[in-house]
Amino acid sequence: MSPRYDQYRRFRNAFMSGLFVLCAVLVVSPLALILFHLLREGIGALNWSFFTQLPKPVGEAGGGMANAIVGTVILLGLACLVGVPLGLLGGVYLSEYGSERWNVWIRFGADILNGVPSIVWGMTAYALVVVPFKTFSAYSGGLALGFIMIPLVLRTTEEVLVLVPGAYREAALALGIPHWKIILHIVLRTARKGIITGVLLAMGRIAGETAPLLFTAFGNRFWSHHLSEPIAALPLQIFTYAISPYDDWHRQAWAGALVLIFLVFCLSTGVRLLSADRKKNRAN
Amino acid sequence: MAMSLDEKPLTEPAIAPPAARVPVVPPTVTTPVPAGPAKSALERPEVVFDIRQLNVFYGANRAISNVTLQIYARSVTAVIGPSGCGKSTFLRTLNRMHELTPGAHHTGAILLLGESLYGAGVDATIVRRRVGMVFQKSNPFPTMSIAENVLVGLRLNGVRDKALLRQRLEESLRMAALWDEVKDHLGRPGISLSGGQQQRLCIARALAVRPEIVLMDEPCSSLDPLATAKIEELIQQIKRDYTVVIVTHNMQQAARVSDRTAFFYMGELVEYDETRTIFMSPSNPQTEAYVSGRFG
Repeated sequence: MSPRYDQYRRFRNAFMSGLFVLCAVLVVSPLALILFHLLREGIGALNWSFFTQLPKPVGEAGGGMANAIVGTVILLGLACLVGVPLGLLGGVYLSEYGSERWNVWIRFGADILNGVPSIVWGMTAYALVVVPFKTFSAYSGGLALGFIMIPLVLRTTEEVLVLVPGAYREAALALGIPHWKIILHIVLRTARKGIITGVLLAMGRIAGETAPLLFTAFGNRFWSHHLSEPIAALPLQIFTYAISPYDDWHRQAWAGALVLIFLVFCLSTGVRLLSADRKKNRAN
Repeated sequence: MAMSLDEKPLTEPAIAPPAARVPVVPPTVTTPVPAGPAKSALERPEVVFDIRQLNVFYGANRAISNVTLQIYARSVTAVIGPSGCGKSTFLRTLNRMHELTPGAHHTGAILLLGESLYGAGVDATIVRRRVGMVFQKSNPFPTMSIAENVLVGLRLNGVRDKALLRQRLEESLRMAALWDEVKDHLGRPGISLSGGQQQRLCIARALAVRPEIVLMDEPCSSLDPLATAKIEELIQQIKRDYTVVIVTHNMQQAARVSDRTAFFYMGELVEYDETRTIFMSPSNPQTEAYVSGRFG
């Protein structure tokens, strides 16, 4: 082998490795830039009153997004009420009861639903709840977000239930335990962490959704006292503030975005912790 | 006819501690034998499973052909034979576990204490409560403690009585020869035990619901010789109260633990007799070839 060729080979190796590193950096750098920018712009407007006070009228300094933070939490809770039971039961059906002939179609349907643009879900909830009751409401916003959760929770639930070894089901059947009790007390309990992980992931996905809330939850500059009234949500508030002409509102929008990112970050950290724990348990 | 297979509360004396269970036939059973069953029981051993002309199919494949045999109470029956001879399938028909395999079906009859296991209106769940099973690979539930594992069959079948649960826990673990090793840390996860202990935990779990028969599907095949010896010892202990049917690859094990041995080959029952006869003077040349290690 000539030294010349050897040199060429080394160069080619270094060049390609460099190219891959560059791609990796390009992928990660927007995240770093966003986080950096958010921190720089948002941290200044973050203070105690941001978390405790209502938005102030234009021109008046200060104020916060307390109602939007609480609103987002309420909307996430309502979405879970819709998305978790339906997704969970559907996943149990796919893994424990369904025949492969139908399961293929149910999975196909769930994957299609997963690809439906979120604003379409907003329109669906608008047509189903807002129009008949003639008012924007927390219910309709929660429903729109819940729709998005259903296919996500369904698929992750099915995946973790299929991972529960058949030996546990057999052992329980051999004890003469009824099928539904086996599913409830043995299969779901064994897969509990995986299911919670799936729910948290789905919550992280919907926490930042704005489009489905535009004409359902609608937003509210005050505390909403009832779930049948319009309710504030962080993404909506950020949207409203970001497109406003006021500098003070812009700063608040940055701070809101930072809080929202932090919320999603907490959810995915929870996911990480749970799944790390799960791996450790399996190794035993 | 299906009366004794009806659901019976697990707290009733019919399935109280085995010592108290002198008549193995629960009181609810209407014995089909017309006259003097007690007398004839003295002469010949009581038949627990009466299997007649059993054929088991997986789709179009026949796994068991024309098996007719009787399994006797309070004894250990070993089922031996080369891999794929249908021994596990046979065992799984005895508590209807084979039904879980898609495409499985059978012809012929299996009578449990005189009643058809597969009769109309007989619930497979109830059958499995009466016919317990221990699997090849130990499978304690990973989310449960040692105590929860033992009691899960009772709890999920609705037993709430704390005193009874405590009593069953100790009894079952003692019968499975595990009590002394785990009594001080019953709250630890079941999967924290060693392989042999896990298998004994699974035996305790199967015994806790007080089945009438215990099926064992190669219970020692993944265990070391010491753990195997412990399990064999406990099989000898529990056969005083229970009927045990054990599938094994290990002929020495069959010779050591069983009273009767059935030799299966290619889905057929080649020979079934007292274990001593099977190993010392089998009447079929195939049996002789197998037990002397010339094939299989």
